[in-house]
Amino acid sequence: MRVPKQRGPVSGWVCAVMRGHNGPVPALAAGSVINDADVQLALWMIYELHYRGFDDVPDDVEWTLSLIQLRRDIEVRFEAELRAATAPLPTVEEDLGQQVLDIAEADRGPSLALFLQREADAGQMCDYLRERSITQLKESDPHSFVLGRLEGLPKVALAELQYDEYGGGRLDRLHARLYAQALQAAGLDPTYGAYIDQVSAVTLATANVMSMFAMNRRFRGASMGHLAVFEATSSVPCRRIAAGLDRLGFPAEVAVYFEEHIEADAVHEQLAARDICAPMAADHPHLSPDILFGAAVCLYLEGLAGADLLTRWRPEARVAS
Amino acid sequence: MTAPISVRLCPDGPLLVRGADSVTDDSGVEHLVTRPVVALCTCGKSRRKPWCDATHKAIRKP
Repeated sequence: MRVPKQRGPVSGWVCAVMRGHNGPVPALAAGSVINDADVQLALWMIYELHYRGFDDVPDDVEWTLSLIQLRRDIEVRFEAELRAATAPLPTVEEDLGQQVLDIAEADRGPSLALFLQREADAGQMCDYLRERSITQLKESDPHSFVLGRLEGLPKVALAELQYDEYGGGRLDRLHARLYAQALQAAGLDPTYGAYIDQVSAVTLATANVMSMFAMNRRFRGASMGHLAVFEATSSVPCRRIAAGLDRLGFPAEVAVYFEEHIEADAVHEQLAARDICAPMAADHPHLSPDILFGAAVCLYLEGLAGADLLTRWRPEARVAS
Repeated sequence: MTAPISVRLCPDGPLLVRGADSVTDDSGVEHLVTRPVVALCTCGKSRRKPWCDATHKAIRKP
């Protein structure tokens, strides 16, 4: 992909640096960085240099010090905002694996999946598919950065989970590829990054939080807590979305991605909670609050993203976030 | 020599099975295992039996 269009002064500065310009790191304005599309896009672009990069940016821009400085500045603000939004965290319980699953169960936000199942029109379904393409076209890639930081059972279990995400040795089962095929079958652009200029700030935040947790070793607990809740809030919604696609008459190939995740994530939620989070906490008790932080963050941001779309589609309905 | 099969029961959840090539359901139909670990329905309410589809959560809800 090529460098996205800037959305304001901060992402504009990142675009300029990527094209070889130099200058002082911009100061961040006061207020939420989660709802700031300009700041979230800037962070997404800086992280993207560590994933696929950009066709029009030299590879060694990845470690440009001023970009790393801006990344740190945004991460500090992002983390503070997430800490405030998820405080107070629950007390760590004896069975942390079960506790993480219970946190996922406590999700009582407005149901995006229910709307997609029963009410959404084809345009809204496509809108959803476009927003989600930002995370799903690099599905599981953030967590591969964490693998080298784990040991023992959590490492084995994450590797097992990732192997399934990456197709279990079969290219045609690679989850990111299944998502690209779903986009294509729905008449959308399956190209990596095709919709980056259109997606919302919150969508970018849901993608960025996974990278922030995965690329900072100190967040390894949070990354795995986030993963566990993400998996544990996926099976049932995927079943609903597959039903919605069927109701709207989308080609069967679109639903394949969601059908796969009904079964896969019913496995993954158990692996992530019981074989990754629980033994991680047993081996390193000081990581337990981080695991719960990541779990709470996942629920919070996914809730915001769902409410954001529902509000976009039904401005008359009051959606609590 | 084939790898040993392991089975683990998750509290209020599915059976996790590793190392199986296929699972035969209660009607005698064989289902091929295509992923490294599979979750088998134990609540009886899955719509994708013998696989778990997380429906057990809806049952547990008060």
